[in-house]
Order: sequence, then structure tokens, then C-alpha cells
Amino acid sequence: MNPALFRLLVEATGYTVALSAVSIVAGLAVGLAVATAMLSRRRALSMPARAFVSFFRGVPLLVQLLLIYNLLPSVGIDLPGIVAAAIGLTLCTAAYQAETLRGGFAGVPRGLVEAADMVGLTPVQLFWRIRVPIAVKLTLPSLVSEAIMILKASSLVSVVGVVELTRMAQDLAASTYRPLPIYATAGALYIAVDWGIAGLGHALERRSRWGRA
Amino acid sequence: MTTAAATVGAALSVRGLVKRFGDHEVLSGIDLDVPAGAVTCLVGPSGSGKSTLLRCMAFLEEASAGTVLVGGEPLGFVDTPEGRRRLPAARIRAVRSGIGMVFQQFNLWPHMTALGNVAAALRVVRRLERAEAEARAMAQLRTVGLEGRAGHYPSQLSGGQQQRVAIARALALEPRLMLFDEPTSSLDPELTGEVLNVMRRLAADGMTMVVVSHEIGFAASVGQQVAFLDGGRILLRGTPQEVFRKPRHPRLDQFLDTYLDRGAAMLV
Ligand SMILES: Nc1ncnc2c1ncn2[C@@H]1O[C@H](COP(=O)(O)OP(=O)(O)OP(=O)(O)O)[C@@H](O)[C@H]1O
Ligand SMILES: [Mg+2]
Repeated sequence: MNPALFRLLVEATGYTVALSAVSIVAGLAVGLAVATAMLSRRRALSMPARAFVSFFRGVPLLVQLLLIYNLLPSVGIDLPGIVAAAIGLTLCTAAYQAETLRGGFAGVPRGLVEAADMVGLTPVQLFWRIRVPIAVKLTLPSLVSEAIMILKASSLVSVVGVVELTRMAQDLAASTYRPLPIYATAGALYIAVDWGIAGLGHALERRSRWGRA
Repeated sequence: MTTAAATVGAALSVRGLVKRFGDHEVLSGIDLDVPAGAVTCLVGPSGSGKSTLLRCMAFLEEASAGTVLVGGEPLGFVDTPEGRRRLPAARIRAVRSGIGMVFQQFNLWPHMTALGNVAAALRVVRRLERAEAEARAMAQLRTVGLEGRAGHYPSQLSGGQQQRVAIARALALEPRLMLFDEPTSSLDPELTGEVLNVMRRLAADGMTMVVVSHEIGFAASVGQQVAFLDGGRILLRGTPQEVFRKPRHPRLDQFLDTYLDRGAAMLV
């Protein structure tokens, strides 16, 4: 393939990766908050959290992106497409991660929490030092597949004008009339990033093996 | 309701303690003093309420009625003329800081090493520098004979070693009182000895201890006070000699028979 075309595809991959990475990390933060709210005994917290999760898991990402992109300007907030895309992806993955993490939090043995309670950890300290590490460890494989899902879902953000890998491939295919090598290259680039994420996941799992062989 | 005044000098006093789970009354008015510097053993058949009583003493379980005083300070609830009032969480943590708890299942945090488990609260709660916290934690591990395992994760330790780390974790905060809920029940028989030895040494050093145990031998030899629970009440209380002396209360006899049968069954 023409090296100039290849360069363009690699640059677009950079957008895809950056957008996905920002969304996954921000989504983890939002997801933690939402999972905690879902588990709260206060309905004023758990109900909105549940509604958030059912909305963002139930409505197609494409619709969410178009909603955010069109809704916010209508209330006076003018967003560049890339920001709308990041917000859409973040909220979507946050909903999935929240549901996963909720299971993880429920899987933290009660005795470990009681032990922390007995040595005087405050609820906030207990959350960050005991519940979160154990819940994340329990759900790490699901969180890694969620990261790969989001990478693939990021191909949808072209609807709000962001030229990421898929959109760049479309544009190049249309202008060069040589779709096959271009889409094949795009596919290969996605796989390369998938491997990167999987490798990162393995490294994290090794780090959190806590002595287990 | 009239309740006896708490004994002066008791490390922990329980007065009129009632605990219900739904309609099920598990503790029906417990009065007990835990004398400072002595070992109090709670024995009794399965389901008699030993764990529930111990957990109420630590406020891991909220009593339905009655009071728990730790060094004279109410833990969890305080009785006022208007009724029972729950104390603020910070107050509960402050009173509870005098209590160390050891669980049947060890409950070590799996993502921290032995040293990390012992040092965690020193750093997070006591806000010591890392070096200082780890030095103290290491000293504590030494007292349970595990300084050589400091860098091991719980999954890399035997049950007996895990329980000794758990004891070190509780001791690191210098509690005035240690509560043990069947600390050897989930251990292989050959590992119970190392844990009981640590507990014997603690007792000899004058630590105030409340021990729920099926190790009748330990209760009889180390305990200064034995309370026999049955059906949510303290049926017998006194020195081991007084409680285990013949002729025995029929319920205690029955309990000891079952206990000995179980022991004998394991030998067959
Ligand atoms: N969280 C709970 N909810 C409902 N019932 C409970 C709860 N915890 C304990 N119980 C009941 O309370 C009673 C006393 O339980 P407890 O664990 O205190 O007994 P125990 O004397 O420690 O028994 P064991 O020797 O088997 O440990 C039992 O009937 C038990 O089923
Ligand atoms: Mg019990």
C-alpha cells in the first residue's frame, strides 16, 4: 500500500486509541460511582443509578451519540464532535462497567469488610483500600473485554464528525477506489490494538495475582 | 427494666443484652463482665449464641436491647431518658479502637502481604510514616513468629500462619481487649497448636481476652472465667473449676458428651 495512505490510517488509529482510552478510564471512574450508588440503601441514590444503567445499556450507542451531539447545542452548550464522542462513549461504557463492578462489590467477602471495620477504617478508606481493589480484581477479565468492546464501538463516532480509523478507511476507500486493501489494513490495525489491550490486561492480572500461582 | 450496674474495673461489660434476628431471639438478656487482664472463655452448643454475643461486644452486630460498655464507655448505643440513641460513627470507631478481633476465617486482605495487612491500619488510621508503620508491623510479626513471612501474600501462607498474621494485625493497634471467635476451628488439627500457643503467650502477658472456642482444654487451662451459653442465656459462669466440677449441670454434661463424641469420632 501507498505509504502515505498507511500513515493516514495509523494516525486515525491514534484517534481511535486515544478516544477509547479516555472513555474507558473516565468510564471506570463514573462506573465506580454509579455502582456504589446502585448498592446504596438510599433509594434517592440507587434509583437514579439504576435508571442511568438501563438507559445507557438499553439505547443504541449510535442514538446516544446523536442525542448528545444534537441535544447539548440546543441548550446552549456547543461541543466539538470529539468531546461529544468522548462523553457518549464514557457514559455508555460507564453503564456496563457499573453493572460489572456491582457484581464485583457484591463478591467482596463480608469478613474482609468487618476486619477493616474493626481496625478503624472509615467507610471511605474501606471503599478505596479494600472494596475497590478486590472488586476490580474480581471483575478484571470483564473489564478488559469491555475495553475491547469500546474500542470497536468507537467506530460509531464518525456520525458526530470525528474521523477515527473506520471513518478514515471509508474516506480513503471512496477516494482511491481501492476498498479492499484499505479495509484489510484497518482490520489489522484494530487487531493490533486489541492485542495491546489484551496484553495490558494480562499484565494487570499478573500484578493482581497476589501470590496465587 | 432494671440492670445491674457495670462492675468497676471490668474491661468490658454486657448488660441486659438481647439480640433478635427477625422473630428469632438469639440472645435473651445477657449480663457478663470481662475482667481486665484475664481470659474469659465462651463455650456452648452450636447455635447457642456465642458468636452473636462476641459480635455484639465488637458492635459488628447491633443488639436489639441492652448495653455494651468498653472501659466504661458505651459502644454503639447509649441509653437516654428518651430511649436508646445511636452514637456517631466516629465515636463508635473511637470506643472500638480498644478492641482487637480475630475471626474464624482469618479475613486477611488478599491484596496485601502479611506485612501490609499488619501495617495497613497503622498507616491509614494511625497515619504513621511508612517506615515507622512497617517497623512496628514487623515487630508484631516477630511476636507471632512470622517475620520470615512478611512479604508473603495470604494465599501463600498456611491457615495457622494466616491466623497468626491476623492476630498480629489486631495487636498492632495495641488494643486493651482481644476477641477471638473460634480462632482454630477452620485449621487442620496439626496447625491449631501454633495458634493456641500464641494465644497462651498473650494471656500470660496479661492481655484481656474473650475467646469463643470448642477447645475445652484451652478454656479449662487458660481461662480464668468460663461462661456456658445455652439457648441464648448464660447458664453457668465461674472459674473453670466451678463450671466443669462434678456434679455437672445436665446441659453442660450433655454438651461435653457431644463434644467428646465428636472428638472421638475424629479418631476412629
Ligand atoms: N445474621 C443472622 N441472621 C439470622 N440468624 C442468625 C444470624 N446470625 C446468627 N443467627 C442465628 O443465631 C443463632 C446463634 O448463632 P451463633 O452463630 O451466635 O451461634 P454459635 O453459638 O456461635 O454457634 P456455632 O458454635 O455453630 O458457631 C443461630 O440459631 C443462628 O442461626
Ligand atoms: Mg459461632
